[in-house]
Amino acid sequence: MSDLQETGVWRRLRARPSAVVAAAVLAVLALFALGAPLLSALEGQDPTTYHDSLIDSARGGVPLGPYGGIGADHWLGVEPGTGRDLFARLLYGARISLLVALGATVVQVLIGVTIGLAAGFGSRFVDTVLSRFTDVMVALPMLVFGVALTAVVPADFPRPLLLIIVIGLLSWGGTSRIVRAQTLSLKKLDYVAAARLGGSRPWRVARRELLPALAAPVITYAAILVPMNMVVEASLSFLGIGVRPPASSWGQMLSTATTWFRADPTYVLLPAACLFVTVLAFTVLGDALRTALDPRERSRLRVGTRGGSRGAERATTKGAAV
Amino acid sequence: MTGYALRRLGGALIVLFLLSVLVYLLFYVAPGDPARLACGPRCNAEQIRQVQDQLGLNEPLLTQYLHFLQGVVSGRDYSTGTGVLHCHAPCFGLSYQNDQPVTELLSARLPVTASLALGAMVLWLLLGVGTGLLSALRRGGTTERVLTVLTLTGTATPVFITGLLLLMIFCAYLQWLPFPTYVPLTEDPEQWAWNLLLPWTALALLESAKYARLTRSATLETLAEDHIRTFRAYGVRERTVIGRHALRGALPPVIALNAVDLGAMFGGAMLTETLFGLPGIGQLLVHSVRSVDLPVVVGAVLAIGAAVVLAGAVADVLYALADRRVTLT
Repeated sequence: MSDLQETGVWRRLRARPSAVVAAAVLAVLALFALGAPLLSALEGQDPTTYHDSLIDSARGGVPLGPYGGIGADHWLGVEPGTGRDLFARLLYGARISLLVALGATVVQVLIGVTIGLAAGFGSRFVDTVLSRFTDVMVALPMLVFGVALTAVVPADFPRPLLLIIVIGLLSWGGTSRIVRAQTLSLKKLDYVAAARLGGSRPWRVARRELLPALAAPVITYAAILVPMNMVVEASLSFLGIGVRPPASSWGQMLSTATTWFRADPTYVLLPAACLFVTVLAFTVLGDALRTALDPRERSRLRVGTRGGSRGAERATTKGAAV
Repeated sequence: MTGYALRRLGGALIVLFLLSVLVYLLFYVAPGDPARLACGPRCNAEQIRQVQDQLGLNEPLLTQYLHFLQGVVSGRDYSTGTGVLHCHAPCFGLSYQNDQPVTELLSARLPVTASLALGAMVLWLLLGVGTGLLSALRRGGTTERVLTVLTLTGTATPVFITGLLLLMIFCAYLQWLPFPTYVPLTEDPEQWAWNLLLPWTALALLESAKYARLTRSATLETLAEDHIRTFRAYGVRERTVIGRHALRGALPPVIALNAVDLGAMFGGAMLTETLFGLPGIGQLLVHSVRSVDLPVVVGAVLAIGAAVVLAGAVADVLYALADRRVTLT
């Protein structure tokens, strides 16, 4: 971290109002997620109790009262059909969304850095095999595979863990490519050559000389991965194969909301707003981080190279979940 | 050029072969018992053994995989107890649910997915390229800043949120459009378009953000090049410079990205089809995953994988064709 401070990354991040706002939003969200049991206890509700008296069974289970039953007892109303408290469900949903997005990113970075380092630092044969393998993984339609994989996993396997593993295992390709490319160019530098000639073993060179230099590009890329993973989690849960009731995630709530959008718009808007704001905040912060960590970005006159911009577009192509 | 195209397509075929091995191993070998799934919940041990024989599940793994490949290439026969059912090539097996060949299930849903993909493509190209061009020409102004925010918002919004909002506004509140039900183009073109308008818009709003950014950066790059300066110095009208020359520079990456996206769409837009209840390939996959119908899952994943991988190869070839500066190796 001291490296980052010396290069003025924090100063440059703080200088961007959008980054500060995004960071603040995410900090509040993290507090809400961590304090979910506390906050719902403060409200006097929990996310799983049914309240049959609060829904209109004659109209198919639409919450009684205006705006989805918002009131002093239920701060954000109740879920149509079941009467479960929405505030509590959103809070616990935030936990799952954040946990899966961050957990999957950790898995992706670990696998990506390991494979990328091995490919960049290993023999030519190792490099070829690993690079081809990475190509195949990058070519796979990630969401399709994620959906299909859940078909063969037993139903009692813990869902958040499954989501972390599936998302993490399927999309480490981008990280691995970046790490490999960086390793290849670092390998040519004198200080790395000196360490090797000094008799350090490859593993030691990788850990002591290469990893610190890889931190900036990996952090930058990981910051883009987090919102992508969040969308993938929401998508899988939306399709009914991620988090399942009684557990809640924002995607799962939106999945139920598809049958209620006419009768109870509040139930659509709340999880949609949560997901939208969080993904946007992560994206804005990731973008600011990229700018702050990349010295070239400081120049406003910079005109991107053709290859560069195309590569960036390629990287985002997979992120779009349709 | 032809050599490059052939090599690139050959590479794609190798990836597809590896994909088929991977998918086969994952789904037929990993956990679970295919025979039990195929037979249904109320099967006794004797019936399960019969199913194992019928599906050849007792044979060595390699033999099973070769049979599977053979089915894909030249078709395959299944004994149903009473007779023989021939499954035409490319055969991905029979559905556990109703014994229908997977290929038939997939091809029955192709028109829906194709209608969705092609219509959305027209919209996202118009919207995305238009926005990107506008943003590049108004560089540094308020217009550009607004467009940047809009495209960022577009990328950050999952398609099911956009779709749900569109449904709430146009279907529930204003009641201008029906809740989409698929009407075949051949049956009633007007109803076909009317019903698909919301799904098209939802997809186009998501996708066009990407095209706007790409068009913007590519146009800016081209405008900074020497030949554009030369045109301007010669007094060529600005409209011609932008319309004919700058746009031409922006086209190759857009065409390439479009090929990739169209491939992904043909594989099925799972989220869009699920939200709007359109019976396309993506919805088929989601349903078959929920009912653990392994042959359909495998068939759909391979079909989608093929669409995506081949589209990637086509994109690279198109890119090379459209942009003479790309050197081929």
